Amino acid sequence: MNLIAELEAEQIAALGKDIPDFKPGDTVRVGYKVTEGTRSRVQMFEGVCIARSGGLNIGGSFTVRKISFGEGVERMFPLYSTNIDSIAVVRRGKVRRAKLYYLRERRGKSARIAEKTNYRPLGDK
Amino acid sequence: MRSGVIAKKLGMTRLFLEDGKQVPVTVLQLDSLQVVAQRTSDTDGYTAVQLGAGTAKAKRVSAPMRGHFAKANVAPKRKVAEFRVSPENLIEVGAEISAEHYVAGQFVDIAGTSIGKGFAGVMKRHNFGGLRASHGVSISHRSHGSTGQCQDPGKVFKGKKMAGHLGAVRVTTQNLQIVRTDADRGLIMVKGAVPGSKGGWVTIKDAVKKAAHADAPRPAGLKAAEATAAAEAAPAAEGADE
Repeated sequence: MNLIAELEAEQIAALGKDIPDFKPGDTVRVGYKVTEGTRSRVQMFEGVCIARSGGLNIGGSFTVRKISFGEGVERMFPLYSTNIDSIAVVRRGKVRRAKLYYLRERRGKSARIAEKTNYRPLGDK
Repeated sequence: MRSGVIAKKLGMTRLFLEDGKQVPVTVLQLDSLQVVAQRTSDTDGYTAVQLGAGTAKAKRVSAPMRGHFAKANVAPKRKVAEFRVSPENLIEVGAEISAEHYVAGQFVDIAGTSIGKGFAGVMKRHNFGGLRASHGVSISHRSHGSTGQCQDPGKVFKGKKMAGHLGAVRVTTQNLQIVRTDADRGLIMVKGAVPGSKGGWVTIKDAVKKAAHADAPRPAGLKAAEATAAAEAAPAAEGADE
């Protein structure tokens, strides 16, 4: 392992983040720390994860899309950001793509994602 | 004026800070960085320290350089560079500089050899705009256009920006901030990009356009005495073989 990879592994260990197993198509609820002036609170952002990039490395990130007041809103979060308070999986989706950008052109009924019923956690035989 | 250091660029990564910020950093490593020689005003007319970094195989070092390293009682170095210092900041020969030479928050200037781009056109080399995509432009969309006037002056002026070799020259990036240092592994993390490719040698100096940092050690941040003693014992044994 080269020194850069070592430093990144160390940082991931030091951050001590508990990242659940989730994939594109899953509905996730992200608690994001927002600082307004001196006050800090946790804001929830719930939507469909439409893309993941960078794997579980320090540069990893994921994109969450939701429909807010009839308007599509997308937000990208760095996986290991210290601003992320929590990531929770609400629903497992069944999809056949790694990047669900086709959802951007769809609304309502056609933008639904079927639920995955046979989900097994990682490491489960 | 403090001495600078020679460092090896390892690559870039990012740091997540406690306040939620993420910082892009370049990781630079100090690899057995020792003082090889001193330049004093009596003998040379100016004051400077000559530093050496890395390790070179003794058989691949020229005989004169081998003698030079033997005189300083240090192991043969891969890279040697001189840094001008004020007389009170001279460092004794053989002392090993540690990453604590710099403190977090300090600003530095970093010089290195930029990545070579080969023969590059004017759009890449000088940020020219190129020609139009349509309206009768044919084949020459990325060309430079006119290079001058007509029969008077009847020549292209010297220094006209044209296509040619780009990169692979010494470039200095000023006012980069030190984010973190790791003395055990000799690492210096600098915010932002540094010229050169991974594995390339760069020189770090205190920023000329910022006031000197109050906490920066003077004359230099040196490794503990026992570490230098061990390093000196090894080249002494090698010197005996020759």
